[in-house]
Amino acid sequence: MKRVFLGEFEEVVLLTVAILGENAYAVTVTQELERKTGRLVGFSSVHTTLQRMEQKGYLTSVMGGATAERGGRRKRFFVVTALGQKVLLEVKQVRDDLWNALPQSGFQLSKG
Amino acid sequence: MNPPHWAARLLARFADPNTSEEVQGDLLEMYDHWVQTVGVARARRHYILNVFKLLRPFARDKKSREYSKTYLASPAMIRNYFKVALRNLTKNKGYSFINIGGLAAGMAVAMLIGLWIHDEFSFNKYHQNYDRVAKVMQTVTADGTKHYGEYMPAPLGNELRTHYGADFRYIVMSSFSGEHIVANGEKKFTRKGTYMSEEAPELFSLKMLSGTRSGLDEPYSIMLSESVAKVLFGNANPVGKIVRLDNAMNLKVTGVYEDLPYNTEFRDLTFIAPWDLYVATQSWVKSALDNAEWDNNSWQILAQLSPKADMAQVSEKIRHIKLKHSPQTAYLKPEVFLHPMEKWHLYSGWDSSGNINARIQYVWLFGIIGTFVLLLASINFMNLSTARSEKRAKEVGIRKAIGSLRGQLIGQFLSESLLVVACAFVLSIALVVLLLPAFNVLADKQIDFLWTNPLFWFAGIAFCLITGVISGSYPALYLSSFQPVKVLKGTFSLGRFAAVPRKVLVVLQFTVSITLIIGTIIVYRQIQHAKNRPIGYDRNGLITVNINTPELYNQYNVLRGSLLETGAAVEMSTSSTAPTQNSSNNGGFEWEGKDPNFKDNFCTVGVTHDFGKTVGWQFVGGRDFSRSFSTDSTGMVMNEAALKYMGYKQPAEMIGKYMKWNGVTYTVVGVIKDMLMDSPFEPVRPALFMVNYGWANVINIKLNPAMSARESLDKIESVFQKLSPGSPFDFKFADQQFATKFSTEERIARLASVFAALAVMISCLGLFGLASFTAEQRTKEIGIRKVLGATVPNLWALLSKDFVLLVIVSCAISIPLAWYFLNNWLLSYQYRTEISWWIFAVSTLGALVITLLTVSYQAIRAALLDPVKSLKTE
Repeated sequence: MKRVFLGEFEEVVLLTVAILGENAYAVTVTQELERKTGRLVGFSSVHTTLQRMEQKGYLTSVMGGATAERGGRRKRFFVVTALGQKVLLEVKQVRDDLWNALPQSGFQLSKG
Repeated sequence: MNPPHWAARLLARFADPNTSEEVQGDLLEMYDHWVQTVGVARARRHYILNVFKLLRPFARDKKSREYSKTYLASPAMIRNYFKVALRNLTKNKGYSFINIGGLAAGMAVAMLIGLWIHDEFSFNKYHQNYDRVAKVMQTVTADGTKHYGEYMPAPLGNELRTHYGADFRYIVMSSFSGEHIVANGEKKFTRKGTYMSEEAPELFSLKMLSGTRSGLDEPYSIMLSESVAKVLFGNANPVGKIVRLDNAMNLKVTGVYEDLPYNTEFRDLTFIAPWDLYVATQSWVKSALDNAEWDNNSWQILAQLSPKADMAQVSEKIRHIKLKHSPQTAYLKPEVFLHPMEKWHLYSGWDSSGNINARIQYVWLFGIIGTFVLLLASINFMNLSTARSEKRAKEVGIRKAIGSLRGQLIGQFLSESLLVVACAFVLSIALVVLLLPAFNVLADKQIDFLWTNPLFWFAGIAFCLITGVISGSYPALYLSSFQPVKVLKGTFSLGRFAAVPRKVLVVLQFTVSITLIIGTIIVYRQIQHAKNRPIGYDRNGLITVNINTPELYNQYNVLRGSLLETGAAVEMSTSSTAPTQNSSNNGGFEWEGKDPNFKDNFCTVGVTHDFGKTVGWQFVGGRDFSRSFSTDSTGMVMNEAALKYMGYKQPAEMIGKYMKWNGVTYTVVGVIKDMLMDSPFEPVRPALFMVNYGWANVINIKLNPAMSARESLDKIESVFQKLSPGSPFDFKFADQQFATKFSTEERIARLASVFAALAVMISCLGLFGLASFTAEQRTKEIGIRKVLGATVPNLWALLSKDFVLLVIVSCAISIPLAWYFLNNWLLSYQYRTEISWWIFAVSTLGALVITLLTVSYQAIRAALLDPVKSLKTE
């Protein structure tokens, strides 16, 4: 089976959506990422990444109810799909395999 | 604290509509977050930056599996509009052809006329001092009529220079353009050129190819135009070389200038020789200057104003200058004025009371024709598009049922008509480029297409937009207001008055066309009328040769003898002017019984004994000159007009009487029928023909009718070559010269007929389209009528009746209109044709025949249809 490719940013965004659970939408994802990684994350890139992954089928979205906040505009909440979970697991598996294959000396060399 | 208003608006308007709502909300929330974490200023920056990143086409569209939202100008819809528009065009190829072709033809005509008018208005603009150059002209008033002339007295130039020097930068004296022989060794040509003061090249701002503009300062110099330099010297540099002028003078070439372009007054100024040389070699000019002859009006004076002077003020200042120096002419009220260069081409013509009666009127005429043709084409286009659009009511119904908004439908129909207009525009440009060479020949112009003129493109595109929007507005606004339920159920009908605007437009169209037809017929009749006018002499086989070399003077008998000997010529004579023109008018004659207060003015022509036999004039009384009467060496022949002018009725009253002029006593020997020498549209002026062998400018030769023209001309040429080896043999046929008097009128007539034909064609195209449309609409009605027993002629009459009625209404409107305008036009000619009733009858009949032919094709086709088939449709 052909492995799916997941970019680094995509992986991080997907994971954050999974972490946030029911409260995952573009704003919370952006803020969570900023908090966790400590770097400034562009809102527009998060938005487009979410769109792209929904297209790929890793995410699904649903519009929330209208509230009094933000001018009465609804939020689009994202949920990781089964495919998304599988992809995340696969990426993790590949990474774990790679870590395990790493010889002790080589790691120290690169560290020194 | 809110984010920048404009950025929020931008986002709402241009973000991907599928995610627009949540993105707007999200960004608002992010903005609050940024305000708290990084401050207002940076929050605003972040916000704006993100808005731009999220605008299409920078951001990706969301490809949802759900139905996408509709929005104005979505690519999918635009593609659909184009597809529907193209399908509609190709489905009805005939209609589309008529629609686009007709509009393109109309636009092409309007463009050609526009180019023509542009060229007329850019006349003389080649000269850099366009707005500061003027001709000095004068008017005289005699018997209540004002005469305008550019022939000026010689001393006026110096007078202007010395007394009004501050107002003028240059005063240029000029002989009038005449044919001269220019030669370089064996290469001899007859070319038009002029003697002018040395400032002329500056005044004309000539572009020098070699030499300088001061080339005329030396007395024996000549400046050549590029084309003359080329024929005389080939590619060699002519500056410093010698040109022989009129086989009499050797002049040094001091400069070569770029040919003056075709749309300048002095376009045939092919060489300039110094005015001082002219004065030195022509004794009559010298005496006119030395004796300050203010009464001898024979030269042209051009002037360039000094930078500060005002044309009108200077003109007013010099108004009475001639009266001051020539008080004896006070009875003629001579007035001098400046005629500015910008008015030379279009405003050089005045009627007897001094109103402008010049080429500008033709510019108006063609401007109006062009506007009308364009209007006709646009009307057609609107008519056909509105007629056709009713067939699309169902499409509108379905679009609305699916969810089209009215704005979207309006957009669709407007863009569709704009598309068609754009096609027509491109097509018309192609047409103009193709037709321009032929048009240039027809109009005697050298016009280029204005590819780089922004005004042209602006006008073209503006016109396209206007036509597109107007013709698209009916379907756009009207059809989009339908209720889909009614349209789709089929209970919808357009109402009785839906066709009224279309009928009005057809009437308007035909009114214009019929007026143009009548106009063209009358213009042709006027020309024919003048051509058929009795001319009083016989111009068949008559040729004229200008005498412009010294060898041809004083050889009268030798030349005549050897010409007759060849058998190629049956008669030869000399005269002061060719029989097809008149250039000399004089007063000061005295005769027995003349009223002392009578200020006489006659055409005066110097002739020889043989002149009458050469041109074949016809006597109403008396006899021709004859060598057997020695007194005939001071003989005179007058025309009937002169007899009447002097107040006599019978030729016998004058024959044998004396007329004194310039100290010579002439005996009147005969009276001839009026000889038409001047404009064929004006009455013949009183003319006196006097025997004078010294006053000869032209040789008239009557060819032998028994010999072919080519053969006789060869023989005559050999005689001329023997007598005057230095000059080329250049001759003119009198009938051709006569024909050139009609060239303006004929050109106008040809142009007008072409435009009229196009207007009629465009109207017919429109009619054809409308007829086929009505025939199609009434298919069922015709089917039922046929079943009930209607015959083909019945049905033909039924379908044609409406259109014939419309055309008759148009005739009723256009006849008085055409009569009014053409009557006014004809009044500007002294010798004019009548507007007879049959012209209107023929035009009406013609219009009806054309209408019937156009409509009948469709009517008969519809009437011949099998009723079973036509009733089965749907």
